[in-house]
Amino acid sequence: MSALVRHGPLVSRIVAAIFGGYALAALASVAALALPMSKPQAVLTGMLVSFVVYVCAVIWVFAVRSARRAWSGLAFIAVPLLMAAWTVWPGGHVS
Amino acid sequence: MRSARDSKAKGRGIRQSMSDLHTWAGLLAGWILYAMFLTGTVSYFKDETSQWMRPEQAQQRDMPDAALVAQRVVETLGKIAAGSTQWSFALPDERTSVIDSFWRTPGASKGKRAFESARFDPVTGERTTARETLGGEFFYRFHFQFYYMPVLWGRWLAGLCAMFMLVAIVSGVITHKKIFVDFFTFRWGKGQRSWLDAHNALSVFGLPFHAMITYTGLVTLMAMYMPWGAQTAFRTPAERAAMTSQLSAFIQPRESSGQNAPLAPVDAMVREAQARWGRDKVGRVTITNPGDSTARVAVSRGEASRVSMSPQYMLFDGVTGKLIEVKDSVGGAAETRGVLYALHLGRFSDMQLRWLYFIVSLAGTAMVGTGLVMWTVKRRQKLADPARPYVGFWLVERLNIASIAGLSIAMTSFLWGNRLLPLGIAARDDAEVNVFFAMWGATLLYAFVRPARRAWIELLWLATAMLAFVPALNALTTNRPLWRSIAQGDWVFAGFDLMMWAFALLHAALAIRVTRHRPRTKPVGKRIAARAVMPEREKESA
Repeated sequence: MSALVRHGPLVSRIVAAIFGGYALAALASVAALALPMSKPQAVLTGMLVSFVVYVCAVIWVFAVRSARRAWSGLAFIAVPLLMAAWTVWPGGHVS
Repeated sequence: MRSARDSKAKGRGIRQSMSDLHTWAGLLAGWILYAMFLTGTVSYFKDETSQWMRPEQAQQRDMPDAALVAQRVVETLGKIAAGSTQWSFALPDERTSVIDSFWRTPGASKGKRAFESARFDPVTGERTTARETLGGEFFYRFHFQFYYMPVLWGRWLAGLCAMFMLVAIVSGVITHKKIFVDFFTFRWGKGQRSWLDAHNALSVFGLPFHAMITYTGLVTLMAMYMPWGAQTAFRTPAERAAMTSQLSAFIQPRESSGQNAPLAPVDAMVREAQARWGRDKVGRVTITNPGDSTARVAVSRGEASRVSMSPQYMLFDGVTGKLIEVKDSVGGAAETRGVLYALHLGRFSDMQLRWLYFIVSLAGTAMVGTGLVMWTVKRRQKLADPARPYVGFWLVERLNIASIAGLSIAMTSFLWGNRLLPLGIAARDDAEVNVFFAMWGATLLYAFVRPARRAWIELLWLATAMLAFVPALNALTTNRPLWRSIAQGDWVFAGFDLMMWAFALLHAALAIRVTRHRPRTKPVGKRIAARAVMPEREKESA
């Protein structure tokens, strides 16, 4: 139990880096569909950018002071990406 | 990263966090990355390796005319792959003297192999009589999908490791504040300090390359790693097809009409392509629904003449032979992806550039190798009793031995297997691969049971001996010994044999350095043993 308390923040960061980072990258690749370009080009742009997002997310997660900050940073970036992704989600927009 | 810098002054220091991240990301993926890097590095000479591994296939002195070759292959395929809905074959170029072809298995049901493949001789158009081997293709495939596991799993594993690599590169650069100054600093004979300097020099020297090759490696399989955008955007097969056409010249068969119609002469179509791109610049011919009235023929441009893998092809009606469409450009993002893809493969390179690719990539391999060894060097000094390290240290040290010295032995064994396995045995190509893995496994066992320092020295000497003997083995088992290759100006064969000796020298130098190195019990005094020149995986000790 004490091991869990001691390693909890580290485990939390590792999860944030690997899975949180991937989720953010995936979200960015969907959000790229909102770019003003044809669908195939937007899809490819999203894919190309996603790995950069992933790396930056991982670096962020381990650079900040606490695991809590790490997660909130990812969430902070996720909000505008979610809004952009919402507009292109099938059925997500009104038009 | 900017946000990362903002928090610099806080906590335990960004540099320390990044250093830890660098160490652990590098270590955990390090053994696989080393293997990916080394097998990827030799893949820059994939075609040459394949030539050497098929000694029965005569040296190609003049480039055969692609149009004639294509027509011959089409006639052969008409005999052995009739009823298939899709044929595809690569035309010979300066580096390949056989034609790799594959076709959709006629009437393949679920659970059966969907494709069959064969290699043809460009001169006869018939199947080659050369020995069954995967050739350099084995190393190439292994470096991104491994073996003995489903291809998809292998590719995901490779992608995960590549991501670790990218993280290790970025965190390494942040850790390393005086990256430029330190490039000109090399502290000889200072133990761990020299290891660090070697690791830094190798990393910084090739930094743009290492970053490029890792990122572009991810790009080659990005549609698999990041399918979400495509899944969200494309709802219909037509949309998906429009996307695919931005990425690949590999045309898909349409619904066949069922009406027989003979295929128009393919050589005439290839001639049109030659007129457009140049005589030896045609890459591949793909034919869908051959023999049907809906037949289509795509003749695509070779990879050697441009720095892009994005599709460029001419599409012909397979019955009338008329040109339907010329595809010579794709969208901006698709072209970006095509260029990144091409940068990774380096197939556009001429000989000089190919060697540069090879050398820098070898430096990348050495970067991973020195990093792995440094993990143990750094921690050995702090061991209470170096003879009895804790289990994590013990494991890392042994895995280092097997993944570095052992891989050289395994790769060389693959070449030995190619020359020594009987020609007639069934699934000979698989048998060669089994030799590779059996030897690799054997080196791992050996590393587990021997004292670490002895294991390094003995395995490096074994690698040296095996490498040095390859040209002799070639001379004994084929009629293309080194002296004849040189006399006949066959530089693929001669170069391959000579490179084996170059690698043998490298391994001998490493073995000698490990032997000379005396491990320090106290971290004082200067040793000459650390005079590192090259990859230097040497100074390991028990």
